[in-house]
Amino acid sequence: MEEQPHFRVPLSLLLFLSLFLLPTSFSSTHDLQILNAERRIDLTSHIIKVYLTLKVENLGTSPASEVHLAFSPAEAEHLAIVKAAATSGKRKKKTYIPLDVKSAELPDGPNGTKFFTVTLLTSLNKGETATLEVLYILTHSLEPFPVEITQSESQLVYFRDSAILLSPYHVKEQTTFIKTPSTRVESFTVVDPAKRAGTELKYGPYEDQPPYSYSPVLVHFENNNPFAVVEELEREIEISHWGNVQVTERYRLVHAGARHKGAFSRVEYQTRPDATGVSSFKHLLAKLPPKVHSVYYRDEIGNVSTSNLRTDYRKSELEFQPRYPLFGGWKSTFVIGYGLPLQDFLFESPDGRRYLNFTFGCPLTQTVVDKLILKVVLPEGSKDPTAVIPFQVDQHLEIKYSYLDVIGRTVVVLEKSNVVPEHNVPFQVYYTFNPIFMLAEPLMLSIAIFLFFVASVSYLHADLSIRK
Amino acid sequence: MAASDAPNGDVLIRNAFGSVLAFLILLLIGVLAFSIRLFSVIKYESVIHEFDPYFNYRVTQFLTKNGIYDFWNWFDDRTWYPLGRVIGGTVYPGLTLTAGTLYWFLHSLNIPLSVETVCVFTAPIFSAFASWATFLLTKEVKGVGAGLTAAALLAMVPSYISRSVAGSYDNEAVAIFALIFTFYLYIKTLNTGSLFYATLNSLSYFYMVCSWGGYTFIINLIPMHVLLCIVTGRYSSRLYIAYAPLVVLGTLLAALVPVVGFNAVMTSEHFASFLVFIIIHVVALVYYIKGILSPKMFKVALALVVSIGLAVCCAMVAVIIALVASSPTKGWSGRSLSLLDPTYASKYIPIIASVSEHQPPTWPSYFMDINVLAFLIPAGIIACFSPLSDASLFAVLYIVLSVYFSGVMVRLMLVLAPAACILSGIALSQAFDVFTRSIKFQLPSLSDHSHIDARDASSENIVPDDTIKTDKSEDTPKERMTKRSKKKEKEPVEKPPTKFQIKKRLSVLPFEASIIAVILLVLLVAFYVVHCVWAAAEAYSAPSIVLTSHSNDGLHVFDDFREAYAWLSHNTDVDDKVASWWDYGYQTTAMANRTVIVDNNTWNNTHIATVGTAMSSPEKAAWEIFHSLDVKYVLVVFGGLVGYPSDDINKFLWMVRIGGGVFPHIKEPDYLRDGQYRIDSMATPTMLNCLMYKLSYYRFVETDGKAFDRVRRTEIGKKYFKLTHFEEVFTTHHWMVRIYKLKPPKNRIRGKNKKSKSKTSSTTTSKRKGTRRNPF
Repeated sequence: MEEQPHFRVPLSLLLFLSLFLLPTSFSSTHDLQILNAERRIDLTSHIIKVYLTLKVENLGTSPASEVHLAFSPAEAEHLAIVKAAATSGKRKKKTYIPLDVKSAELPDGPNGTKFFTVTLLTSLNKGETATLEVLYILTHSLEPFPVEITQSESQLVYFRDSAILLSPYHVKEQTTFIKTPSTRVESFTVVDPAKRAGTELKYGPYEDQPPYSYSPVLVHFENNNPFAVVEELEREIEISHWGNVQVTERYRLVHAGARHKGAFSRVEYQTRPDATGVSSFKHLLAKLPPKVHSVYYRDEIGNVSTSNLRTDYRKSELEFQPRYPLFGGWKSTFVIGYGLPLQDFLFESPDGRRYLNFTFGCPLTQTVVDKLILKVVLPEGSKDPTAVIPFQVDQHLEIKYSYLDVIGRTVVVLEKSNVVPEHNVPFQVYYTFNPIFMLAEPLMLSIAIFLFFVASVSYLHADLSIRK
Repeated sequence: MAASDAPNGDVLIRNAFGSVLAFLILLLIGVLAFSIRLFSVIKYESVIHEFDPYFNYRVTQFLTKNGIYDFWNWFDDRTWYPLGRVIGGTVYPGLTLTAGTLYWFLHSLNIPLSVETVCVFTAPIFSAFASWATFLLTKEVKGVGAGLTAAALLAMVPSYISRSVAGSYDNEAVAIFALIFTFYLYIKTLNTGSLFYATLNSLSYFYMVCSWGGYTFIINLIPMHVLLCIVTGRYSSRLYIAYAPLVVLGTLLAALVPVVGFNAVMTSEHFASFLVFIIIHVVALVYYIKGILSPKMFKVALALVVSIGLAVCCAMVAVIIALVASSPTKGWSGRSLSLLDPTYASKYIPIIASVSEHQPPTWPSYFMDINVLAFLIPAGIIACFSPLSDASLFAVLYIVLSVYFSGVMVRLMLVLAPAACILSGIALSQAFDVFTRSIKFQLPSLSDHSHIDARDASSENIVPDDTIKTDKSEDTPKERMTKRSKKKEKEPVEKPPTKFQIKKRLSVLPFEASIIAVILLVLLVAFYVVHCVWAAAEAYSAPSIVLTSHSNDGLHVFDDFREAYAWLSHNTDVDDKVASWWDYGYQTTAMANRTVIVDNNTWNNTHIATVGTAMSSPEKAAWEIFHSLDVKYVLVVFGGLVGYPSDDINKFLWMVRIGGGVFPHIKEPDYLRDGQYRIDSMATPTMLNCLMYKLSYYRFVETDGKAFDRVRRTEIGKKYFKLTHFEEVFTTHHWMVRIYKLKPPKNRIRGKNKKSKSKTSSTTTSKRKGTRRNPF
């Protein structure tokens, strides 16, 4: 009986909200138009970067505060990150103000189109224009063709996209530039006007395209950059309040390019390094924090001796080689571990809690991580951990027992798939910790040794014989 | 110092002080034994060494992951394909269980050491235990001083270091401790006549049986000692207590170990113990009857018993001979037979002879492995005879037998090492004893005291000498105290020498001679220490899976083995079968986790011979053999590019011999030119066409244009050739490991004649062409 009003309130609220929201969303999709869109697609590595510059104008009467970006389902699946920034000022004094980007659902998207919503700083009134810079990154979007290559062949890949920007808005004028790593382009779909010059393909300019126009193109080109993909990376960051942060990173690396076919000839690989195995790679570079110490690089069967560490006061670089050069489809696993000084990463917040400030993502340059598991092992006795990360990750807690632990250490586990170098941003883990817990283990050991001596003394002084 | 102020009193404090000091020295010896074995970790890395340790490591991994019951029932299908191997029933579980227990203990304390770390450090830990066991054993034989000396010597004897450096995770690592400890408990029982120690002794023997096949040494040595004691009229009830429970309990316990099982009563290695068991009972009966009868009656009874007994004995001997002849292994196993007849193995079993550690040692290896101990042993033997006790008789017997066995098989040098240390410890201790007593006796200031002080103190003196030199020099002030404090400690233990006191007082050497002799002895020991440290650091620390070489432009690391194993483990299918010579079987299963055809547990000669035959056959025949075994990859080790001498080409003659032993169409002379093994242009066509040659030297000529083999120091005989049935899939950075894949069988579309024709024609064309032709 009493619950009825409870029901009524949310319902009415929902109705009210929907009434309020619908016109705005309608107005934003139909009243905005894109005056000029310029897309620059960078295909030089296996991480595809797309720089999109949009000039948006509000034609409608009501002010619009959101701009939608549309992605085809295939793109959305491989989308690693979408960033947007508002630009202001002229060429020299251009300033970028990062904007909030959220995944969104729009009712009228055809064929499973996925949307992202960019929230503008100030809403656009009628007739006003705004310029947006959007960067989005696609992974696993270059399809090797032929699927298998021999050692002497170079790697050719397909890239599929649309010549026309997929957008929920009317686009007045647009151009797309595609940059390929080399001049070798086997073929590309011609959608007039389209032309190729050197390493650049130009599609457009196209004018007056209605919303959701799509014109598939296929570019077949050579890309011999290392397709280094970490299938799974587990980073464990263990905090010791005795002054050390120990990082252990377990990699499962694969060459995700065209599969290697047939024989691997070492003699050819060694004598003609330019002509054979051009798509293979053997060097990897990890950018580690400065003041790194006790770095090790090993795998499950022991130390790997091919590594080189360069340190200076700003950064450390670990250049290393897997045990063997990686050809298409070959895999390797290894572990990198290092210690870091605690004071560089652990701080005390004004409210008395401590927080770890560390970099998310993968230290390897130019790699995609399919699945990143980041574990922050807090010291024994820490409470109330919270993680602060600028993007969406899966979080949960675990308990880990390490050296002489009794109650176990709290582990904050952060999981994210499809991680690219742009995800290397700082994140924080807040927790409360009482320093008395630092003494727990030394005290425990002292007591154990003391009891041992007491037992020895009492044994030596006790007469346990039955006969007197 | 307080002790010297009150010369006649305060025995208690002196004793306490002495035992604390001895304890401290023992602790330092333990630290020394542990740390001298860490050179391999410091110079290389914490990694499992060589071949067999990889198997033990893999078994330990299985044990810690799946628990003990699964371990006993483990049928390993990754090896001896397609036969497999019952690991639980064919492995000595002592080492694995020890490391597994250590691992579980550490993890119950939440100390997350990896299985690998535990395995790497098991051997150094147990060598510390072994040196303490040596102390106990030698203490029972000749007192604390000799014990400490022997313990210090054993802690760093190169022979033992060679098998127990960190990472050398092999049975011997724990077995030597078990061996010495069993001997200690035997002597302890012999000295005390306590049934408690006798029980402990059989438990320790059980541990030894679990650990190593060398337990047969114990079960033959102890009966021999018992027999010797009986023959020399040293029978006592203590001897009976020391021996009878060991045989009964020990045999029962030994039969519990699956790998031994009924062998504990059925093979001839154990018969000596049963025979002596009977004899000691007869002797005990005789002594008993002698006790209850008057001497006259006893003589009558003796005559009666001897005549009947002789008949019974004859019958028994006949039964035993029949048993020996009918026992499953025809009495003696191959390895044991080669112990008795050193030439046996090389004559009849090439697979035993092909293992380098089964060869007889050379003289330099004695000097390398036991160094100055070789010279001290005779002195030790002499010392054991003055006076001769049951215990010292045992020491003498132990050294004599182990010297013989070490002369047969270089691997048994390991059994010699403890004996050598014990006797050298005794010798050094006694020598220092004599010299320092002489010095002390003639020093006017110290001559007030009884000589016992001097004697005991002197035996203590040398131990700090050893430990200080090798270890730390912080003990020097304490060394002074030893002289005062340690003396009484020994008296209750060592009774026999008391009656020699008078004699010893007389045998005083000249003062100067004694001082010079002491200095010389110290120099000798110093030389030993230097040699041991050198051996530990330079000779025995290489893990053999990773090689290093120093050249002008710095250190070169050859990590090719692991490169190949890592490649196999990540880039081949998990069920693929890899064929290689058996040396690399354990490593392939442990590091690459791939199924192998043969491995270092050489239990099936035919199977090994099959692989040997395939390696010695021409390509097509080899392909057929491998294909019938479901092999996908063939792995060969090739040292010709970098000059790694123990590669497959150098082992190849053994493959031919072992293969030819089972498959007579492989004949060794076919591979030799005028009795010489060569791979240059003078080599025989059979040699130049066999699979091993081809897989090793495929496209080798393209590296330097001449195909110069740096191991054989010659240009190879056949430089340009193609492979028709195999394709190279991986070669490591320094070419040390080459992996080939069997090409898939040709389609059988046409008639047999045509197929064979097309095959011969395709030998000249490239493989790509061959595969391309298939669809049409």
